[in-house]
Amino acid sequence: MIDKLVPSVDEAVKGIEDGATVLIGGFGFSGVPTALIDGLIEQGTRDLTIVTNNAGVGDTDVAALLRKRRVRKIVCSYPRSEGSVWFERLYKAGELELELIPQGTMSERMRAAGAGLGGFFTPTGADTQLARGKETRVLNGRLQVFETPLRGDVALIRAHQADRWGNLVYRSAARNFGPTMAMAAKLTVVEVQEVVELGALDPEAVITPGIFVDRVVCVGVAQ
Amino acid sequence: MTSARLSSAEIARRVALDIPDGSYVNLGIGLPTLVANAVPPDREIIYHSENGILGIGPAPQPGEGDPELINAGKQYVTLLPGGCYVHHTDSFAIIRGGHLDVTVMGAFQVSASGDLANWATDDDALPPAVGGAMDLAVGAARVLVMMRHTTRDGRPKLLERCTYPLTASGVVGRVYTDLAVLDVTDEGFLVREMVPGLTRSELAAMTGARLRFAADNAVLQVD
Repeated sequence: MIDKLVPSVDEAVKGIEDGATVLIGGFGFSGVPTALIDGLIEQGTRDLTIVTNNAGVGDTDVAALLRKRRVRKIVCSYPRSEGSVWFERLYKAGELELELIPQGTMSERMRAAGAGLGGFFTPTGADTQLARGKETRVLNGRLQVFETPLRGDVALIRAHQADRWGNLVYRSAARNFGPTMAMAAKLTVVEVQEVVELGALDPEAVITPGIFVDRVVCVGVAQ
Repeated sequence: MTSARLSSAEIARRVALDIPDGSYVNLGIGLPTLVANAVPPDREIIYHSENGILGIGPAPQPGEGDPELINAGKQYVTLLPGGCYVHHTDSFAIIRGGHLDVTVMGAFQVSASGDLANWATDDDALPPAVGGAMDLAVGAARVLVMMRHTTRDGRPKLLERCTYPLTASGVVGRVYTDLAVLDVTDEGFLVREMVPGLTRSELAAMTGARLRFAADNAVLQVD
């Protein structure tokens, strides 16, 4: 029998090792897997590379991972926002490495990892300082830069509903990076608002099929 | 100078006039979001947000926002009937794959050859952030820039060559400022419209690039 449901957040984040690359879903405050991040903090894992669109605000969630010095490097498109105090503090102090990438490139690099590609050429950023040190080529008459796959050891994402096979549906714009990150990591861990019976999700509406999912924990409504 | 600079809302009204009925449009963070309120009511425009929304509706009433339904600027939005959600990689396939008709972006600087600088300045104290700017700049069929003609301290933002790091080169089609509407052509900036009372030499003095004036150069009016 396949049962990807785990009874607790502790179980869900178990085995995530020091030094791991962790993909963390969410855009701003929408779709952030807050319970899983708290679990990761609780577990004490450190020296992480995290891949996430924003660097957190205030002192919770991703910002809490930074505040507690668990992150060595952040791969990110938009780390600076109003209230991103911990990112700014550690970055300026030289205690946090930043790999800044265009948002679409970040997403596509994870998709490439999930799809088994060796990388791709894109015009995005090709003629900018973010392409420094990368291979460029003129393709279809346009300068393009080669981007490599971005794979996670772990993905932590949030969805709306799941069944025990790990099939997922999301809610509104909280979907954001979830489906892409789910396919790009060796271990995909999902927190959901609700678990439903097998067969209860409309197969036409499943967004992430369970084949991309390893563990599901029910945490109720978003914090 | 006897002419009056346009307000932000007035620039937005002028931009909106150039967005045809039926367009798919992405509005950048900041000034460009004003364009949504300025489109003539007889036009049906579908607004896209990089975090996976097609068909953004008006802002919700205060206190009624859905915390998961936000736009790229992390503000609460609504979804129009007929609107839908996509995940991040699809959202950036929409952007990067050339499917958007128009993007309206803010800018620090625009060059006479259409180079866009809108993600970083030369202020090293500010940690970098890029978001979806580079993706939008290379991907949208038409890139419109909406900005003040000069910086707060009166320096020109329209230049022969950008001094700030580029977002993309040769992508800007038209620039709307509080003083003029200018096309980027093979021979540099071509002034299409100027606010009433402004002379050509006054405009040239506030511009860091050579200007040509269209034969049918018109008065920039928004009412």
